[in-house]
Formats: sequence, C-alpha cells, structure tokens
Amino acid sequence: MGKKRVSSVIRPYLMILPAMIGIGVFVIYPIFYLAYLSLHKYNLMNPAKSKFIGLDNYADLFARDEFYKVLGNTALYTFATVLITLVLSVAIAVWVSKNTKFNQFIQAGIFTPHIVSIVSIALVWMWMMEPSLGFLNYILKSVGLPTSQWLQSSSTAMASIIFVSVWQGIGYYVLIIVAALQGVSPSIYEAASLDNASKWKIFYKITLPMISPQLFFILIIMTIGSFKVFDTVRMMTLGGPNNSTNTLVYYIYQNRTTNIGYASATGMVLMLVIGILTFVYFRMLANKVHYQ
Amino acid sequence: MTKSMHIVKLSIGYLLKLLLVTVFIFPFLWMISTSLQTFKETLAFPPTMVPAVPQFINYVTAWQSGPFLTYFSNSAIITISIIVIQMLVLIPAAYGFAKYKFKGSSFLFSLVLLAFMIPGQVTFIPVYLMMSDWGIGRTLLPQIIPFMTNAFGIFLLRQYLMQVPEELIEAARLDNASEFKILWKIMIPMSKPALATIALFSFVSHWNDYFWPLVMTDSAAVRPLTVGISMLRETEGISNWHVIMAGNVILVIPILIVYLFCSKQIVKAFVYSGIK
Repeated sequence: MGKKRVSSVIRPYLMILPAMIGIGVFVIYPIFYLAYLSLHKYNLMNPAKSKFIGLDNYADLFARDEFYKVLGNTALYTFATVLITLVLSVAIAVWVSKNTKFNQFIQAGIFTPHIVSIVSIALVWMWMMEPSLGFLNYILKSVGLPTSQWLQSSSTAMASIIFVSVWQGIGYYVLIIVAALQGVSPSIYEAASLDNASKWKIFYKITLPMISPQLFFILIIMTIGSFKVFDTVRMMTLGGPNNSTNTLVYYIYQNRTTNIGYASATGMVLMLVIGILTFVYFRMLANKVHYQ
Repeated sequence: MTKSMHIVKLSIGYLLKLLLVTVFIFPFLWMISTSLQTFKETLAFPPTMVPAVPQFINYVTAWQSGPFLTYFSNSAIITISIIVIQMLVLIPAAYGFAKYKFKGSSFLFSLVLLAFMIPGQVTFIPVYLMMSDWGIGRTLLPQIIPFMTNAFGIFLLRQYLMQVPEELIEAARLDNASEFKILWKIMIPMSKPALATIALFSFVSHWNDYFWPLVMTDSAAVRPLTVGISMLRETEGISNWHVIMAGNVILVIPILIVYLFCSKQIVKAFVYSGIK
C-alpha cells in the first residue's frame, strides 16, 4: 500500500516530465545562455577564448545608429501591418459574416495564403512586383497609373513588404472576427433595429463592443508576431535597399556568425519587447475575466 | 425599391465578393501559369496570361537543379517526427495538468505558458551553439527535437481534458483500470477534435517553416523543401521565373491539395485555436 502511495504522488510529475525537459532544455536554458552570450565577446572558433566584457555589447548596440534605424523600421512595420490588417479584416468580416455557402467559400479563399509557406508567397509576389515585367506594373500601366519600383526602391520596399504581410495574414483574422460576429446574439440587433438605429450606429455601439475581446486578442498576437518579422525580409529584400527594410530579427540574423555577443544582446532586447507585450496582454486578459 | 433593382444590387454584391477573393487566389494561378511558360513568354510585356504550349519541362529543370528528393524527404521526415514526438509528450502532460493536483503544478504550468511566448527568433543562437556542441549540428535533429514540447498543444488539450467529467475517471478507477488505460480508452477518444487540431496545426506550420531550418542548417543534405526552393533564385538565376515558379508549385501543391479536401476542418482548427 505504501509503495502504491508513493507511486501515485510521483505519477503526475512523471507525466509532465518529458514536456518539462523540452521546455527546460530548449527554452529556459537558452534564455540564460543568451544572456550569458550577450555579456561576452564570443569566439566561435575557440569558445574557450571568449571574453567577459560586461555590458559592452549593449553599450555598443545603443550607440549605433543602425540599431535605432532597425528598431524604427520594425516599429513602423508592426504599426502599419497591425492597423491595416485590423481595419480591413473587420470590414471584410462584417461584409461576409452571414452564414451562407457562398460566404464560406469567400472566407476559405481569403484564408488560403495563410496556410501557404512564406517562401512561396514571397517568391510569387517578387515576380508580380518585378518592375519591368511584373504583373502589378502591367495593371498599373493599363489603367493609366504610374508604375512603381516596389521592392527595389528604398521608398517603396517597406510598403511592399507590409502589403504582402497583410495579404497573407488577413484571412485568419477575418475568420476569427466572423466567428465572433456570429456569436453575437441576434436579439441584440433586433432591439436596435426596433429603435431605428442607423447601420453605422449599430456597428459602433453594438457590434464593435461585442467583439472587442477578440479584437484585443488579435491586436496582441499580431503585434508580437509582427515584431519578429523576418521571413519576408530575408526572402524579398535582404534588409535593403539601404537598410530600409532591415528589421530587428533580420539584424540579429545578420550578426549571428560574425558577432555572436552583439547579436545576443539584440536578442535580449527583442525578448524584452515581447515580454512587455505579453505582460500587457495577460494584464488586460485578467481585467477582462474580472468584469465578466 | 423594385424587385429588379434588388436583384441588380444582389448580383453586384456577389461580383464584388468574387473580385475580393480573386485578389487572394490570383497569385497562385499566376504562379501556375508562369511555371508552364517558356523563358521567352515570361519576358513578354504585356505579360503572357496562358502559355501557348504548357512547358512541363520546367518542373524537371527545377527538380534537377538541386537534391530535391532529399529536400522533399527531409521535409516529410521532419514534419512527421515532430508530430509523433509532440503527441507522445503532450498527451500525458496535458492529462497531468488537467486531472491531477500536485505541488508546484501552477508554477510548472506557468513555465509552459512562458515557452508558448518565447519565440525561436529569441532562442536560435544559443540552440544552434548547443546543437554543434552536442555534435548533432549536421543531422536532422536540430530541426526536430527543439519542438518536442508543443506548449500551445498542452494548453489546448488541457482545456479540453478539464471538461471530461471527474465521475467517468473515478468509475474507471473503481473498475481497477490503470492510468494508462484511462488515458488510452477514455481521454484520447474524447479529445480527438483537439488532437486533430493540434496535429493539423503542427503539420502546416512545420511543413511551411522557413526561419528555423534556415538558421539551423549549413548543408544541402539536411535542408527541407522551403529552404531548397528559396535557393532556386541563386541556383537558377534571378530572372528564370518560369523555373522558380515551377519549384514553387512543387512546394505549395501538397498543402493546397490538403486544403482543398479538408478546408472546413482546417478553417475550424484555426478559428478554434484563435478563440479557445
């Protein structure tokens, strides 16, 4: 009997053990390792020759203009992507929210890019955005508009990347908002229409507040997701032209072999940003649960 | 409003919606069209919409431009291994967190949430160094084992298992069923939708993954399809769009076929993961 008790006490620990090993080895230990690396001048050829240099990497980081440039680019990218996606996805969701076969088809179509690899997405858009032969400039030309250099000019490259990100991601958010809209009780709308409220008024007095928890969820996951943008940049512009599309993660990537300590310090900054956003998210989530 | 005006308004609505969906579908059609054109056709302006004679040879060229069989099987091995390992790890973990009270459980669960929040973009440098230290840098393992714990999956499945009535488990225990049997005969069958969601999600995200394999691999022997295709521009020349698009179709087709046949489940899975 005593033996059985012991085994039932340790049983839950055994059940979660493999999962915890995975988290310990591949998340928690690397965080400390990253912090350690960020305080060293790391020697890739001979790690034993690495030197502790305190906060020098951070001092170096915060003194370089390119870091602020990269941080600014990332913030701009995040702000624009989140804002445009949010507005468009609410508009589209309201438009196609009625539960019909046709609308389901439209939703599935808009969602398609979301499940396709960014590699394919990037390649096909690079082809479409090709300045002299691409399809987009052909369209612009045929309706009499000036053509664009798209990814190849520092004034339009960032906008082009934002465009592709919005295009790829929007279907997912439309789905979530549609689900939220369908969850709003019809009786609330009926009451409003009895009051002869205008469509616009119904939208911002009833619809918007009712789906605000989902909108908030989207806002946070999109902000965190956008802040670590890398794939589109690596595929489409390599951070150029002229660093105009270089972002935080791409910057870390660029320095990952030549200056590991410096790249690690940048990684710590990224973690801090994500940490703050996550904290805000959980705080707000707690408040939301509170008033329900 | 007359009846005919109503019909006109309705059909304009339909047309506009079709136009909207075209914006999202057209690039894929364009990709397929380009992949079947000759080099000369791709140089035409205005662009060639439909190739005169479909050039299936482009697919052969793309496939032969690198070790694509290796890339393809690497992608398959990596994705399948990840899903199998994740299931073995996350099912007992979610059960433990959902149905047992034990000391430190809330602290340990907060570590799961932490893992959920910390992205690979933060940890990739130390993990890369660890992998080389362990001498497995040149195998497929760096692309598999870091994903052994699917924190999102544990979270989702735990929510699901918490809804299984306690009485059911108690009754099974009274019948002297082992914990393993309870897990296998009660918990897993009851949580099939959640497990399907998790597996589908893992499949899509790891088949498509680009960042992690890019930073973990140094040689063609361990590269997956995404990285292989992304390098077509270097191997085939940046203006050989017909070959690049053919490679691209090879990458996209498996996912699009899966999507065509179970778009409903996939859509459901993604929505479910989003709103919990």
